[in-house]
Amino acid sequence: MAASPTSASVPGPNRQGLQDLIFKWTTWFFAVFVLLVMAGIIVSLVISAWPSIERFGFGFLTSSEWNPPKERFGALVPAYGTIVTSVIALIIAVPVSFGIALFLTELSPRWLKRPLGTAIELLAAIPSIVYGMWGLLVFAPIFGQYVQPWLTATLGHVPGIGILFSGPPIGIGLLCAGVILAIMIIPFIASVMRDVFELTPPMLKESAYGLGATTWEVMSKVVLPYTRAGTIGGIMLGLGRALGETMAVTFVIGNTNLLQSFSLYQSGNSITSALANEFSEASPGLHTAALIELGLILFIITLMVLAASKLMLSRMARAEGSKS
Amino acid sequence: MNRRAWRKLVNRLAIGASVAAMAFGLAWLLSILWNVISLGVGELGWALFTQMTPAPGSQGGLANAIFGSALMVGVATLLGTPIGILAGIYLAEYGARSWLANVTRFVNDMLLSAPSIVIGLFVYAVMVATVGNFSGWAGIVALTLLMLPVVIRTTENMLLLVPNSLREAAIALGAPRWRVITSVTLRAARAGVITGVLLAVARISGETAPLLFTSLSNQFWSTDLNAPMANLPVTIFKFAMSPYEDWQRLAWAGVFLITMGVLVLNILARTLFKDELKR
Repeated sequence: MAASPTSASVPGPNRQGLQDLIFKWTTWFFAVFVLLVMAGIIVSLVISAWPSIERFGFGFLTSSEWNPPKERFGALVPAYGTIVTSVIALIIAVPVSFGIALFLTELSPRWLKRPLGTAIELLAAIPSIVYGMWGLLVFAPIFGQYVQPWLTATLGHVPGIGILFSGPPIGIGLLCAGVILAIMIIPFIASVMRDVFELTPPMLKESAYGLGATTWEVMSKVVLPYTRAGTIGGIMLGLGRALGETMAVTFVIGNTNLLQSFSLYQSGNSITSALANEFSEASPGLHTAALIELGLILFIITLMVLAASKLMLSRMARAEGSKS
Repeated sequence: MNRRAWRKLVNRLAIGASVAAMAFGLAWLLSILWNVISLGVGELGWALFTQMTPAPGSQGGLANAIFGSALMVGVATLLGTPIGILAGIYLAEYGARSWLANVTRFVNDMLLSAPSIVIGLFVYAVMVATVGNFSGWAGIVALTLLMLPVVIRTTENMLLLVPNSLREAAIALGAPRWRVITSVTLRAARAGVITGVLLAVARISGETAPLLFTSLSNQFWSTDLNAPMANLPVTIFKFAMSPYEDWQRLAWAGVFLITMGVLVLNILARTLFKDELKR
């Protein structure tokens, strides 16, 4: 069959082979492009942060001083804010997400499953700036007026953790940021949990029910052990989201670079809120470099958390695959 | 209390807690939606879409911010969609279980959940620090990078759902590989791929953090992509954090627009995909 340049429908084998190759390598190029982006992010952040890395070394992580005029920078306050808010978020979000996933897999009537699942996923779709603005203008005043005084009156008297709930209830602060973060990550954790719970073979669950187990016993003694890796993966995914969340935290955390006590009511700063507030006004040089180093630290930590999450979830998927 | 009654009690408590958790989740959704609608809908009007962002204390709208957001999201979609679909094709059709495809998949999933503010820092370092000024193009690149992982992932997943017999039939008819992919498998997966693109657009249209260091904002009408460009999220951020009441009212209007846009895109994407599955 000879190649005929005029008829596009019956091209010759050579031209087809060439088109095939071009197409294949184009798709290859864009797949590799993803890897280049990742490498580019790390390399460019390290280069841009280098003045600060060189100047402060490891002391950057342990110093709580953040003083742009004197050009002295330490990551302790924002790192503390990031960790504390994320831990608060997990403490609230994990049990709630578990309850939601339990409801969606075991309790909900069939016709309600879809709409309720969609509603929870819509919670994840709402942009973080909406959470932030709502948190600052609607939630924080209510939180400061009713919830915080109540917490002080109850948990505030428990020895040991009482100090966490002391101080003036002003609404915004570390605790408020943690609560808003919890609302934001609940949908992520809940939908992963629901998906892995549904992977449990019905036969296992039915056997347990047949032996007279209650719903809770099936959940805690059959489903949860079977899906442990996937559940932890989902929680890690939520943690990864919480660590890197910017706008919602920036609105409600209070944005101060001082740590006066261990109270969760005080204002603070997280890595992301420090970046959002200071970066576009930072003077070029050490201030910018220090902020970029904060971003680099955040990126590396989230990558590790997300990698752990991914490994957990793929182990779950592999165990599933080998059985079917 | 005997053991049986105890077990029943524990079960009741667990079920009660589970229902409470579900109600808790829904309560937040409804409360946020209620506030956004009730506080935002009153601010809608012609002025919102025709006037520029005002100085504190004077009348104005969000026209330049709406235009800037639409332009940047639009261009980012035009760039991100083909790149994402091609990379997704590689993963599903060529790479499969190869080493490169596995690494790409892993890295893509990292980027999918990586903090968007870091993407902003990256684009700042590459495109803003080198040129010396914030620009609309930098914002577009940041949004494109945020959109890519979503499109890549859904494209791959949707292509994998296409039965192999379709591919084999097309190859048996003598179609070259690229034609099989573009006119058979990609077409069969069309609804799913469009769903992915819609979800990606929904994601980037509310992103604020990566725009803070890239396109920044602009008080005036500007169509110059080489200059700082106004956009809704950063404008909302600035206005909501301000002490001026008229700025805060405009911010609620902006939040209303963004939330409704994102929800409509999400619901559209879901119904589109559901119809396709039924067929």
